[in-house]
Amino acid sequence: MRADHPKLKKLEPPKLTLADRFFLPQVAAGLLVTGRHIFGVAFQDKAITVQYPEVQHVPSPVYRGVHRLNKDEEGRPKCVACMLCATACPAHCIDIVGATAPETWPDREKYPESFVIDELRCIYCGMCEEACPVEAIELTGLYDLTGLSREEMIFDKTKLLSVFDATRDAEPMKYTTPPPGPSGQTQLLDSPIA
Amino acid sequence: MLLVIGIVLKILIVVAISQGTVAYLILVERKVAAYAQDRIGPNRAGSEFGIPFALLQPLADGAKMLLKEDVVPKYVTKPLYILAPWIAITAAMIGFAVVPFGPVGPDQIINFQIAPNVNIGILYVFAVGSLAVYGVILAGWASNNKYAFIGALRSSAQLISYEMPLGMSILGMVLIAGSLDLSTIVDWQDRHVWGVFVQPLGFILFFVSAFAETNRLPFDLPESEQELVGGFHTEYSAMKFGMFFLGEYLHVITVSYLTVILFFGGWDLPYFLDAEQTGLISAIVKVGVLLIKVGLVILFIMWIRWTLPRFRYDQLMDLAWKSMIPLALVNLVATAAIVQLIRTYWV
Repeated sequence: MRADHPKLKKLEPPKLTLADRFFLPQVAAGLLVTGRHIFGVAFQDKAITVQYPEVQHVPSPVYRGVHRLNKDEEGRPKCVACMLCATACPAHCIDIVGATAPETWPDREKYPESFVIDELRCIYCGMCEEACPVEAIELTGLYDLTGLSREEMIFDKTKLLSVFDATRDAEPMKYTTPPPGPSGQTQLLDSPIA
Repeated sequence: MLLVIGIVLKILIVVAISQGTVAYLILVERKVAAYAQDRIGPNRAGSEFGIPFALLQPLADGAKMLLKEDVVPKYVTKPLYILAPWIAITAAMIGFAVVPFGPVGPDQIINFQIAPNVNIGILYVFAVGSLAVYGVILAGWASNNKYAFIGALRSSAQLISYEMPLGMSILGMVLIAGSLDLSTIVDWQDRHVWGVFVQPLGFILFFVSAFAETNRLPFDLPESEQELVGGFHTEYSAMKFGMFFLGEYLHVITVSYLTVILFFGGWDLPYFLDAEQTGLISAIVKVGVLLIKVGLVILFIMWIRWTLPRFRYDQLMDLAWKSMIPLALVNLVATAAIVQLIRTYWV
């Protein structure tokens, strides 16, 4: 639309009254607003923040938290080391070393010898989850992810599988069971960091 | 000899108390900030030892300031870089010398003032207070960093601009009381009426320029984290930054004292306290009254901080040069005329 188009509606800034231009009444009105908030929190307990860690926040069912590596019925990692998740990862935080699968695993050619995710670099976008053809990697509802060192935040295969063990009952694998009903309940999970 | 010991003791007590007060004011400030934003704020430090309200938070803050890595960038002009925070904090502290924090007079047992009866008291406070601009500009210059330098230039322009309405706004009160000595001004208010009632315009001008002088919001352009990544103290860390911070807070305390002393009657409480009471108990009550008033002013300054957004730089300059200085002049001339008329015809 051109600047001189007849249908173009021009908005005029509201004309300031004398009180507006003098500032002080407006300042007083502003002070009243902040004063109400200060009074509300100080004397009427109106703070809106969650007092973590005493009160734990339960995230929504679609929350993307810590990763887990899913296991199949025989307890083996479902991952087939196809590298699709590592390729899809925009933060390059997934590091997989694939190896030929043992002969006793006839259903696949490869398995991950090591599977490491740097949780500090991860941006929790869920692209790995989307990319995985066998639903081996999933993001759980765990959000309590703090550590005392950088090393502690690098999750290897054992740790990722243990996250699966810890969250299996609370969050069934997304594609092997029917999706949870409309009431999609979530529950509080323990931190994966011991 | 006894006098010297007394003065040294007084200096030590005032410095210690003011530093401790600053530490706890930072806690109060954080609490007020949190409340204004519907948060709770610091409430944990000390809870392990059964100390409520995070009263150990200032200790934790102080320890952090002292123990943090003190980074001195390679490209700074080292002597000036180190000198700047010292100037900032010294300028803020020596202003306290003439601020009466309780009743002062020849018939008092204790004179609650480090240097009593300085008859140019208020001039001294302003002279010393404006030295703070040296700290700011040296910090900005010595940092050898564009952001720091721009921040320093902006803040020195601001500090100098607001010096004028600040100085002129109190002249009305000085004319009425007939003295530059702060305790005489309080005495006048004690005998007549609080300054804010005879000089309402002077009070508003003084209070607004005091905000600018102490670099508090809405005039905190010297820091302006968003545009200047911290302004003049961008390159300062650990205790050097802490000294700027302490200096700034001491300024807030000084300004609050001046506000109370010039416009809210100092230690005066109408119908309860007056200048004739000289005993020790009444002196302590007066100190308490003054402290409560100062505390309320400081709380109000914190409250303002979370109410008003920061000025744009040209608006800031406009306010000083186009509104406040003319208004201060008008106020000064009008007061002078009225005082002269009263002196001529009624007294």
